[in-house]
Amino acid sequence: MIPLSWYLIVSALLFSIGLYGVMARRNAVAILMAVELMLNAVNINLVAFWRYTAPDRAVGLAWAVFVLTVAAAEAAVGLALIISVYRRRDSVIAEELDTLRN
Amino acid sequence: MSEETLALLTWLIPAGPLLAFFVIVLFANRNRTLSWVLAWLGVFSSLILGWTVALSVATTDLHHLETHPTVVASAIDWLPVGDYFQGTWLKMGVAVDPLTAVMLIMVTFAVTMIFVYSVGYHNWGAPLGTILGVPNHMQEEPLLGRFFGYMSLFAGAMLLLVVADNLLLLFVGWEIMGFCSYSLIGFWHARDYHLSPESIPHIPPRSAAIKAFLTTRVADVVMLLGIVWFYRAFGTLNFSQALSAHSLEEAVVRIGAPALGIMALLLFTGTVGKSAQWPLHVWLPDAMEGPTPVSAVIHAAAMVSAGVYMIIRIYPLIAVGAGPHGNSAVSWTIAGIGAFTALMAATIAVAQYDVKGVLAYSTISQLGFMVAALGVGGYIAAAFHLITHGFFKALLFLASGSVIHGMEHGAHHVHDHHTDPQDMRFMGGLRHKMPVTFWTFFIGGMALSGLPLVTAGFWSKDEIFAEAWHSFEQGNALGIVVLVTLAVAAFLTAFYTMRQISLTFLGEPRTPLAEHAHESNRFMTVPLVLLSIFAVGAGWFGIPESFPVLGPIVNNNFFHHFVGATIYETMAELESLDLVNAAIETLPFSWVPLTASLVVALGGLFVGWWIYGRKALVKDQQDPLVRPLGPLHVFLNRKWYWDELYQVVFIKPTVSFSEKVVYEVIDKGLIDGILHLVALSFYKFGSYMKRTEELVFGQAVDWVKDQFLAMTKVSRQLQTGKIQEYVLVSVLIIAVLTAVILAVNYYGPVNEWFSQIALFVN
Amino acid sequence: MVEQIIFLIISAFTLTMAVIVVTKRNLFHAALALMAAFLGVAGLYVLLDAGFLAAAQLLVYIGAISILVIFAIMMTRRLMQTTEPAFNSQAGFALVTAVIGFGILFWVFYLFREIWPLIPDATVPLASKPELPQEVIRNSVVVMGQSFVDPAIYVLPFEIASVLLLAALVGAIIVAWPKAEDKA
Repeated sequence: MIPLSWYLIVSALLFSIGLYGVMARRNAVAILMAVELMLNAVNINLVAFWRYTAPDRAVGLAWAVFVLTVAAAEAAVGLALIISVYRRRDSVIAEELDTLRN
Repeated sequence: MSEETLALLTWLIPAGPLLAFFVIVLFANRNRTLSWVLAWLGVFSSLILGWTVALSVATTDLHHLETHPTVVASAIDWLPVGDYFQGTWLKMGVAVDPLTAVMLIMVTFAVTMIFVYSVGYHNWGAPLGTILGVPNHMQEEPLLGRFFGYMSLFAGAMLLLVVADNLLLLFVGWEIMGFCSYSLIGFWHARDYHLSPESIPHIPPRSAAIKAFLTTRVADVVMLLGIVWFYRAFGTLNFSQALSAHSLEEAVVRIGAPALGIMALLLFTGTVGKSAQWPLHVWLPDAMEGPTPVSAVIHAAAMVSAGVYMIIRIYPLIAVGAGPHGNSAVSWTIAGIGAFTALMAATIAVAQYDVKGVLAYSTISQLGFMVAALGVGGYIAAAFHLITHGFFKALLFLASGSVIHGMEHGAHHVHDHHTDPQDMRFMGGLRHKMPVTFWTFFIGGMALSGLPLVTAGFWSKDEIFAEAWHSFEQGNALGIVVLVTLAVAAFLTAFYTMRQISLTFLGEPRTPLAEHAHESNRFMTVPLVLLSIFAVGAGWFGIPESFPVLGPIVNNNFFHHFVGATIYETMAELESLDLVNAAIETLPFSWVPLTASLVVALGGLFVGWWIYGRKALVKDQQDPLVRPLGPLHVFLNRKWYWDELYQVVFIKPTVSFSEKVVYEVIDKGLIDGILHLVALSFYKFGSYMKRTEELVFGQAVDWVKDQFLAMTKVSRQLQTGKIQEYVLVSVLIIAVLTAVILAVNYYGPVNEWFSQIALFVN
Repeated sequence: MVEQIIFLIISAFTLTMAVIVVTKRNLFHAALALMAAFLGVAGLYVLLDAGFLAAAQLLVYIGAISILVIFAIMMTRRLMQTTEPAFNSQAGFALVTAVIGFGILFWVFYLFREIWPLIPDATVPLASKPELPQEVIRNSVVVMGQSFVDPAIYVLPFEIASVLLLAALVGAIIVAWPKAEDKA
């Protein structure tokens, strides 16, 4: 007896928290963790809709699996980049990575 | 010959010389031989055509001529005047009547003779002269092309004037001749004189040219006023239309005969200038600075004749202006000026030493005769004397040129280039050295003096005396005044002519120059001989029927009837309308004028021979008249001091005015001042523009640029390079956009508001 | 009723852990909280009858990605890292923006409350989980699996995802390969 909208609200909250983390955290790894949170929120959204509207079809689940996959790949590459940047500049503070300035 | 053919030939008469002018000037200028050949072609063509046309007219039936004097009349539309669409045009054209015919005979022949003469005068065939603009004695004139170019233009202009059918075209020819006389008098433009005090004074040719042009210009301005008034009064400038009896009658009704008289005097002023009457006579003696052919053509055949020709043409106007309704002051003015000039010039000629100077004053005097004749109503007499004078004066000038050539040859021979070859005191005995020149000069001189019966001058001068006497007999006191004055002048004419012949040709040579003179070449002597034929024979066409013995033999005063036919009917009508004093009539014979002319001619010649010829002057002997006349001789020799008087009264003040006022105040002060002002204002304007530009474009643009930079400074702050800030901004923007879209589409109040706007827009 | 309580507990847990992730200064603690959050999400999947996905979540996220994150933290750590501030200079703005963002999302739900009711009600669709036979639920994995290899359905994205993983693998190694002048 859980309305769909409750799942959606949870997902939205999780997403907003993740968004806050992306915008507000100093450490690059922390930003990446917040991105994972956002992706998870999206997944929740997908699965909720799948269950409530078309549970007999593969769409929802398949899409959620794809999101999972892409998130994993992206996390791997992102962390590798962070490590590489740390090696160059001895810093993982996102604010200091502003060579695109102006 | 049909009338169309005659008209065409008439158009072609001035065309030959004018065409020669253009070809010479444009193409043949460098080639001296080609130049004179072309010039000869021009004048010979006009001679042939002119004589053809004139003789055609002359052989027309006399009664037909009296009623239709204008035998040839051909005109072209020239200028649209008045209402263009009404098609009234000012017409320019040619017309030939008996007066034109006799002029053509004289002018074409004399001019052609002068052209032939000029080739020899300028020593064509001799080694080429080197210095330009001065006479190169004994050498070929280097600027011969220019000479013949100007002479051709002159001849063309004169012929244009003669055949013109209206006053404007006549004036065109008049002015062109004025220019040509300026150019030709000043032909030796680089010549300067370095003279000793006792030699004959000369002014440089270029000054003489300016003097001639300016003096005649003064007269031409007044004449132009007359022409304008003429057009106003008659509505046309055509002679036969304007000066017909009907037209004159209308004009008298409209503006009155005295007004026509004043108009006639205005036009007469042109003659005073062009024909060198007092007070505008001063240019003609100085015009002797030009080469002798120029003197001949300007002062005998053409230019001065044009002045007299013009007033003969407008004679009906003068007659009406001086007639019963007009003012007799008109005729007194004209005749008075003429007679006075005749006498004055004759007295001056008596005391001149320059061989051409005597002839110059002689010309002035003879023109005075013609003008005086016209003043007393002698239309035909004036025309007659004009024609005969043209022949024998041209002859005299050419002969004098031959004399001068001989003297120069003698000078070259003895290497004396300081003695003036034109001074008669240094001549003498030339009848042996230059026989042809002597005899032709003699014939011309006799014609000038009026040697009875055998010379043309006698018949024409006699006619003038007869007219004056007749006028007096009709009750006009002017007649006797004119007769007496002209008689004295005629006496002096014969006297100074004999003086001239004696000094030049008789006795023994007084200087080595005369000693070594020799006859001139054939180019020069043949024209002399041909002209002397006319100097003798031209008068025989005018023997009055009433003349004792000869008259009844010839029994036809051809000249009188022929030329008289030009205005015979007009004058008859005018007389019947009581607008003129007398019509053209055959003069009754009277012994008084005949006696007068015989006495003065023979008397003058005798006295002249007695003083100068009987015992000819010897070397260094003073002129026999100097001592007896004393200061009078000086007065005459210095030409009555007219030049000095004009210098003080007119020339100095004018020059001073132009230098002080016109140049300083008007030109430098006013005109230059305005120009400087304009330039200054432009400069100031330019500086102002520059400053404005700097301000506006410079600073304003800079300000705009600064604003942009400021804006970019602000917006640059967006590009911090920090990704998190980008994320924040993006999220905010997305949120706002989403909110707007949601609100517009789904949120109640906003939705309604938006729908209403959408409805309104659609 | 029970269901709702369970749901609320799991949601609260997940969200709390998420908050800890984004606020903890100590990154290691944040990483642990992340793992817990993942666990919570897996629990939600179970509630949604997506068992396979819950298992995948545990394996992939908690088992791999979290470990990866921890490794990254270890390798980018400097001495005394816990004294560094957790938030950057725009934290305040970020909070406001996140609240606005959630506000927008919630507004959508509110606007569409007719379609997505906010109150549990058995009669209205989407107000409660639709009843499903167990068959369908059990079959869901099979259907999903078949969809991955069916040429008409999702075989292409499946293959591309595989390639993507390969690329990520290789790329990550290359990017993170230490060079001579780098610090180890």
